Amino acid sequence: MNSLLWLIPVLPGVGAAINGLFGKRLGKRLSGLLACGSVAASFLIALGFFFTVFLAEGGASARVEQSLFSWIPSMGVDWAYRLDSLSMVMTLVVTGIGLLIHIYSLGYMSHDAGFSRFFSYLNLFTFFMLNLVLGANMLLLFIGWEGVGLCSYLLIGFWFERPAAAQAGKKAFIVNRIGDAGFIMAVFLTFVTFGTLDFYGVMGQISASEMHGGVLTAIGVLLFVGAAGKSAQIPLYVWLPDAMEGPTPVSALIHAATMVTAGVYMVARSGVLFSHAPAAMALVATVGALTAIFAASIALFQNDIKKVLAYSTVSQLGYMFLGAGVGAFAAAIFHLMTHAFFKACLFLGSGSVIHTMEHAEHASGGHRHYTEMQDMRNMGGLARYMPRTAYTFMIATVAIAGIPPLAGFFSKDEILWKTFEGGHFALWALAAAAAAMTAFYMSRQVIMTFWGDFRGGAAMEKHLHESAPSMTVPLIILAAGSVVAGFVGVPAALGGANRIEHFLEPAIYAGGHGPAPIPHASYAVEYALMALSVALAAAGIFYAYRRYWTGPTRDSALAGSRAYRTLLNKYYVDEIYDATAVRGTVRGGEGLFRFDQKVVDGAVNGSASLTRLSGDLSDLSDQNLVDRAVNLVAEILAAASTRFRRLQTGLFQNYALLMLFAVVLLAGALTLWS
Amino acid sequence: MFENNPFNFPILSLVVFFPAIAALFILFFVKKTDEDRVRWLANGAALIGFLISLPLWFAFDAAGPQFQFGERYEWIPSIGVEYNLGLDGISLLLVLMTTLLGFIAILSSWKAVTERVKQYYVFLLLLQTGMLGVFVALDFFLFYVFWEVMLVPMYFLIGVWGGPRKLYAAIKFFLYTLVGSVLMLLGILALYFAHHGATGEYTFDLLRLMETSYASGLQFWVFLAFFIGFAIKVPMFPFHTWLPDAHVEAPTAGSVILAGVLLKMGTYGFVRFSIPLLPEASREAVWWVATLAIIGIIYGALVALVQKDWKSLVAYSSVSHLGFVMLGVFALNTLGLEGGILQMINHGLSTGGLFLLVGIMYEQRHTRDIAAYGGIAKVVPKYAALFLIIALASMGLPMLNGFIGEFLILQGVFQVDWVYAAFAVSGIVLGAAYLLWLYQRVMFGKLDKEENKSLADVTSRENATLVPIVALCIFIGVYPKPFLEKLAVPVAAIVERVSPESAQTAEAPPLPAEVEQELRGPAPVPSDD
Repeated sequence: MNSLLWLIPVLPGVGAAINGLFGKRLGKRLSGLLACGSVAASFLIALGFFFTVFLAEGGASARVEQSLFSWIPSMGVDWAYRLDSLSMVMTLVVTGIGLLIHIYSLGYMSHDAGFSRFFSYLNLFTFFMLNLVLGANMLLLFIGWEGVGLCSYLLIGFWFERPAAAQAGKKAFIVNRIGDAGFIMAVFLTFVTFGTLDFYGVMGQISASEMHGGVLTAIGVLLFVGAAGKSAQIPLYVWLPDAMEGPTPVSALIHAATMVTAGVYMVARSGVLFSHAPAAMALVATVGALTAIFAASIALFQNDIKKVLAYSTVSQLGYMFLGAGVGAFAAAIFHLMTHAFFKACLFLGSGSVIHTMEHAEHASGGHRHYTEMQDMRNMGGLARYMPRTAYTFMIATVAIAGIPPLAGFFSKDEILWKTFEGGHFALWALAAAAAAMTAFYMSRQVIMTFWGDFRGGAAMEKHLHESAPSMTVPLIILAAGSVVAGFVGVPAALGGANRIEHFLEPAIYAGGHGPAPIPHASYAVEYALMALSVALAAAGIFYAYRRYWTGPTRDSALAGSRAYRTLLNKYYVDEIYDATAVRGTVRGGEGLFRFDQKVVDGAVNGSASLTRLSGDLSDLSDQNLVDRAVNLVAEILAAASTRFRRLQTGLFQNYALLMLFAVVLLAGALTLWS
Repeated sequence: MFENNPFNFPILSLVVFFPAIAALFILFFVKKTDEDRVRWLANGAALIGFLISLPLWFAFDAAGPQFQFGERYEWIPSIGVEYNLGLDGISLLLVLMTTLLGFIAILSSWKAVTERVKQYYVFLLLLQTGMLGVFVALDFFLFYVFWEVMLVPMYFLIGVWGGPRKLYAAIKFFLYTLVGSVLMLLGILALYFAHHGATGEYTFDLLRLMETSYASGLQFWVFLAFFIGFAIKVPMFPFHTWLPDAHVEAPTAGSVILAGVLLKMGTYGFVRFSIPLLPEASREAVWWVATLAIIGIIYGALVALVQKDWKSLVAYSSVSHLGFVMLGVFALNTLGLEGGILQMINHGLSTGGLFLLVGIMYEQRHTRDIAAYGGIAKVVPKYAALFLIIALASMGLPMLNGFIGEFLILQGVFQVDWVYAAFAVSGIVLGAAYLLWLYQRVMFGKLDKEENKSLADVTSRENATLVPIVALCIFIGVYPKPFLEKLAVPVAAIVERVSPESAQTAEAPPLPAEVEQELRGPAPVPSDD
């Protein structure tokens, strides 16, 4: 069994290669079958490991390692995979939810001309993502890290004829590269400090030593710069909302369930390091909490069905970092897992809606821009036409809003509780407020999309219909997951055993031990906080119901409000970045190019003219004054200095003469010497 | 006389002079008007040239002596000049890259060159001999001869078959490099006489010249003379302005060779001569060479960002990439040098590939203006895919060759000073920016220009030039070990000369336990400090 580990990442890689090279010739059926089959095989192998290793012989502290070959011998870095409990959870999420999204895409992309290209990218993404979570050392994680970024670029810009899509893909890549620059610096510093890049090697050295702060803080902060890029945290979150230009399954897979959570995984993977760097931890927690509320506030009034979900994702990722930053790494991964279910469900549901909207528009002969088809102001009442999509969407909404006993309640409350328990009351307050906002904007979305009357026009309404089973079945499975996934982490206060936390701990603390448990306050405080967060969520839902049940008209009344406009325009952050960083770089380039032509090259051309001038002068004065030998020298100067264009013929004499000159010099020197 | 030569056959001479012999054959025995025969012969010769260099790769013993396949004959005994060739891991990689890119460049010219066809191929083949000679000469005088020989065909290639400003570009190229050569010659002579002063022996043999340790003052001046000679070739900021002109005006094959091979002679010069011969001066120069390299990285990238001409964008990207190579080399440690040398190969492949790709579009549209394209991925999907892979290799994406090179360079530089690495890392971000922006403007968006709607995708001949490059980019990216292994011995020798203290602390391959035990003596008593 253990020798099969490498197949988990490699199978989707093979699928990607075959689809990329021969996809067009395979035809849609085979191409789709290959893509889904390779991920399904990986998923089954992963399940095999889960049941035979982690639930049986080895238990949660089991480790499966496999080194394929020596990769960079001079640094002792191998191409090696390692499966421990943390990787196991991530692998199951990536392959399991990835498989559902692959299947969903069969329907969603069925009419797209780039069908096999799409599946090739999707498989390639899965390959890199599995390298990321299974890599035994930082460098292999980085390979996956940049690789998923590449696939994200390719998939956001999948419909590259849309200028906005091409632009968004590039933006995502470059913003991520800024984060990656931080990450790679962390890799360098790690290697210089520990002489190895193997995670267990590094974490083991930290546990064994008395290291604290200092270089560990530097590594932690640099790693977090990388995480902030990949996982869309302040100030590098700006690429994720734009990334919604990609096909919706991509948004679900990459920009909700898996890739964007890579930063959280990486922080948890380096849990030992972060635990020894409190300053870095404080940064992670603060940025996480601020991002959670900042993005939630932008989501409040967005009208694009996918943009709401995008900002919601940024906000939820903020929760995960908050959890990691207060030391609740397991809670962060728990929320990562439950979020993968309900957010994938929400995105795929929105895709189902967009798919139907576009088909109906097409069937009724309309030609409105694709952004109009994603605008919730043109929707309404869709529950009547697509009940499966509507009800699964609503289940996922209840889950993300944090209503018990659905999955989001357990994972989000665990983070809130750990924040409060650790004494970070201000961060707790921010996160609790963001929770109320989450309940509000998600309910607003459900009401605007699925209830009330359809606002897209009577012609279109006739053509609305439920999506195909290949799309609705994954929705149902994900909705079921959104209901039950939380039960693996029921806290002790509610009579549970918090199984996932105990499962993850051996990996997160890499053989060492976690921070000493905080002496437990009475359950009374925990109950009170739970009641409060449920009340906040209920209030958010109720307010959205009051406000939007009769249609979205009440937002138009706000059009004059400055606060509303600021939120609608996302605090103008994109505009500010554009005016400063982007413009600044291009201006700098233009300035340097002028400098290059005028000053650097100017000096070259100028010195040529100067030589010519001096040549002319000496030519003039020497002409009749010196003998023939000297004349020759003057000719060299003159030749070297005539205008470039006229120089062409004189040049080779010049050249030959210089050579001759050198040889004469040499010979002369030799004779003198001997 | 052969040294460490398993073939007992002058294989290096054969590899070096085969293209020249073919060139002479074409020159004397093929009629000018018989253009197709010229093409077939030249392509055949280049392919054979590549094939006969392949045995070097397989026969080279990475763990053996540094220089292999040696040949040594007296040439001008009165002044101690020898015909002395030898190949180490560094030369091996460069020689193979040269024979491969030479073949690819010649193959790419099939349709592009229609004037003075015979002369064109003769020059390309002669150029090949000059370049190969540079990489295998172990006699400084011989090296200089090859170095100069190579200039002439390149001058004509730019000046005769180039673009509208070809004469300006050709002369600028020639004068610039000539200035460098003259200074280099002075440096060589200074070492030659200083060595004689110390030992009483006249020799240009690199290995014997290395035996003398030169006075610091002399080292400084010779380093400076070499620096200008090599830095112009690299080119380093601020000696780089000949490059965009030469690249833009040169025909495609010329650009491929120029970027792929000629620029590497500069960096090779530093690795082979400056650093081992002048270790003290090299150590002292680190701060300012590194500073110039970093300026080159950022400056080249920023200027590339705003280019409107497709080819000059790639040209400025070379300034940036070669900055990385120089930075790695002047880290003067194992990882930096390994990365720097590997990156020479990587840059040859990826930038050579980019020039080939630009050439394919230029042949069809006769413009290199980026704005003249847009949305062409729709009509030329294969071309777009190949372009993407090579561009990604150029920007150093993992699992492609550029990543390994840049990573090793930066890791090596980080060990010297993290500030250098921090600045250089920004070049990686900018590298993604200029290449992806180019890609977006050329490939993506609406296909709104009529002329672009009938573009032809890559032909099988063009595929034959690009696929080997793509395959190598992926191979080196995934499994760089065979390449890095070849570099281990020569890099260790350089590090040993230039920074002996770092050579001792560098990680040695682990010894068998009992040997280590023997070396260390009894197990140390654990101490508390």
